[in-house]
Amino acid sequence: MFYRENGQFKTSYAADQQILPIAQDRWAILALVAFAFIGVPLLVDEYLLRAILIPFLILSLAAVGVNILVGYCGQISLGSGAFMAVGAYAAYNTFVRIEGMPLIVALLSGGFFATLVGMFFGIPSLRVKGLYLAVATLAAQFFCDWAFLRIGWFTNNNPSGSVSVSALPVFGLPVDTPLQKYLFCLAVLVVFALLAKNLVRSAIGREWMAIRDMDVAAAVIGIRPMYAKLSAFAVSSFIVGVAGALWGFVHLGSWEPAAFSVDRSFQLLFMVIIGGMGSIMGSFFGAAFIVILPIVLNQLLPAIGHLFGIEISTAAISHAEFMAFGALIVWFLIVEPHGLAKLWSIGKQKLRLWPFPH
Amino acid sequence: MGFFLETLFGGLMAGMLYSLVALGFVLIFKASGVFNFAQGAMVLFAALAMARFAEWIPAWTGIESRLVANVAAFVLAGAIMFVVAWLVEFLVLRHLVNQEGATLLMATLGITYFMEGLGQTIFGSDIYKIDIGMPKDPIFAFDTVFEGGVLINQEDLIAAGIAAVLVVLLSLFFQKTATGRALRAVADDHQAAQSIGIPLNRIWVIVWCVAGVVALVAGMIWGSKLGVQFSLATVALRALPVIILGGLTSVPGAIIGGLIIGVGEKLSEVYLGPYVGGGIEIWFAYVLALVFLLFRPQGLFGEKIIDRV
Repeated sequence: MFYRENGQFKTSYAADQQILPIAQDRWAILALVAFAFIGVPLLVDEYLLRAILIPFLILSLAAVGVNILVGYCGQISLGSGAFMAVGAYAAYNTFVRIEGMPLIVALLSGGFFATLVGMFFGIPSLRVKGLYLAVATLAAQFFCDWAFLRIGWFTNNNPSGSVSVSALPVFGLPVDTPLQKYLFCLAVLVVFALLAKNLVRSAIGREWMAIRDMDVAAAVIGIRPMYAKLSAFAVSSFIVGVAGALWGFVHLGSWEPAAFSVDRSFQLLFMVIIGGMGSIMGSFFGAAFIVILPIVLNQLLPAIGHLFGIEISTAAISHAEFMAFGALIVWFLIVEPHGLAKLWSIGKQKLRLWPFPH
Repeated sequence: MGFFLETLFGGLMAGMLYSLVALGFVLIFKASGVFNFAQGAMVLFAALAMARFAEWIPAWTGIESRLVANVAAFVLAGAIMFVVAWLVEFLVLRHLVNQEGATLLMATLGITYFMEGLGQTIFGSDIYKIDIGMPKDPIFAFDTVFEGGVLINQEDLIAAGIAAVLVVLLSLFFQKTATGRALRAVADDHQAAQSIGIPLNRIWVIVWCVAGVVALVAGMIWGSKLGVQFSLATVALRALPVIILGGLTSVPGAIIGGLIIGVGEKLSEVYLGPYVGGGIEIWFAYVLALVFLLFRPQGLFGEKIIDRV
């Protein structure tokens, strides 16, 4: 009833090529963004911001980056954690070593160096594909883990191996309280999500999808596989690198290489697959699912134990969390292998006919 | 020279152990096209079961003999791995037929989390010992050939022997039995195998069982060397370069790849490590595998990848 595009006629190419051609979608997204900027700060407390919303925003950004590589270009990567680490440490080094470096430029330089590293480790993708490539990208992960742990220069020769930043001004405004951090991350995310969305529906985005669907056929119709694959690696690692820099600077404040371990790479891949491969929207769903699930389990399991009058030890809870997490992932893959984005589009199709289905 | 040989032997032995874990990966990938990330968790699970049963059986039954306790624990742990294999097929794989490789990979990651949690819930999360009576004393070899000889760990020798026997048994099983032939048929072509009446589901259960037994043997050897603890699950990550080097679909590839990676790791750590700060073992293995891949994308012994439009 409400979700019908009847009467919305497109009379120009510009109208036909909008990101969201249906007016209701447009208004819903605008309302959502407005709510995120204005409504959320009024409603939530500091704990919610720090524990859920900021990690969610940053990891969604990273998931968007990974989705470009895995979902749009079809190159499975298990090295995303490494690219986050490169972003974080490169941003740290430019921030600390160059006097008066603005935060935004430091973050972007993190993205830039992540791009270089990402393209370097993307070179094998020209020769190997599929699961071989997935394992090959683990080389990036373990090499970066090692480099940031062992090479003192990256951590400013800090004996403990961890680095920290403080006092982050953006255009003269401080980014200190959780609320300011939240708004800053949100602004970055909105900009990058918009860029990513436009990129994947441009010529280069279509090249990526052609490579994903069948690279030999794509090469036959004149798409350069090297250019398409390396550009996907570059764009993806840039976004992932910026997300990594945000994760270090804004969310953690001080961090060690363990913050970007191989578990992080798996987590990002989970987000993309559960959210929906090849869908920017899906990255957000996936990030929300993976960020919130452990917190919910953490709260829920002791409560269930309490209900039956059993006191569960912390170790048992963490094991049960592992089990529940694993089981839910498997269940989810079985129920909806195409991810939450698919559920969303099914829901929209149903809503178009509601309340008078055929 | 002696030192070099010692490092070389150490590498070969370590490589043999990597091969054991890699074998499990290759078996499952060949038969079902599933890249089984849970192999490491299976090794941990099997080793935990074995270690705890070896403790519990004397306590329950009052049998003093260590041999009997160990054999019984091995059999029980094997039975548990059979149940695990059946459950994985029944609850997970059956529902994910014809999904993309990445989805299956993620599903096995889910299984990994589940098994790590379950194993530690049932069997506890401390460090346990598996004592199968392996001699710990090192022996000297070649001391007639040159000064000082070469120090070899007896335990490593026996482990390598067990691994070799396992490989021979597996290749006999694959080449000589009807089930083995069916497994190879499925690996070759799912559809063709199904159309001549080979039940795919049963084959998958069997191959997961075999992988479970391989995991149990690997867990037993690793466990008696290093103790059974959570970090055992990460041996999967050490075995990955082995399989991409050897080829995802090749059993001999897993063995030879394991030896190359084992030797490469040890030699690089000893001769290259001091110049760059040490701890390079793990990424060196991956880079080594990657360099091989650039020249042979299907690995050393993998089936040639043919692209058709």
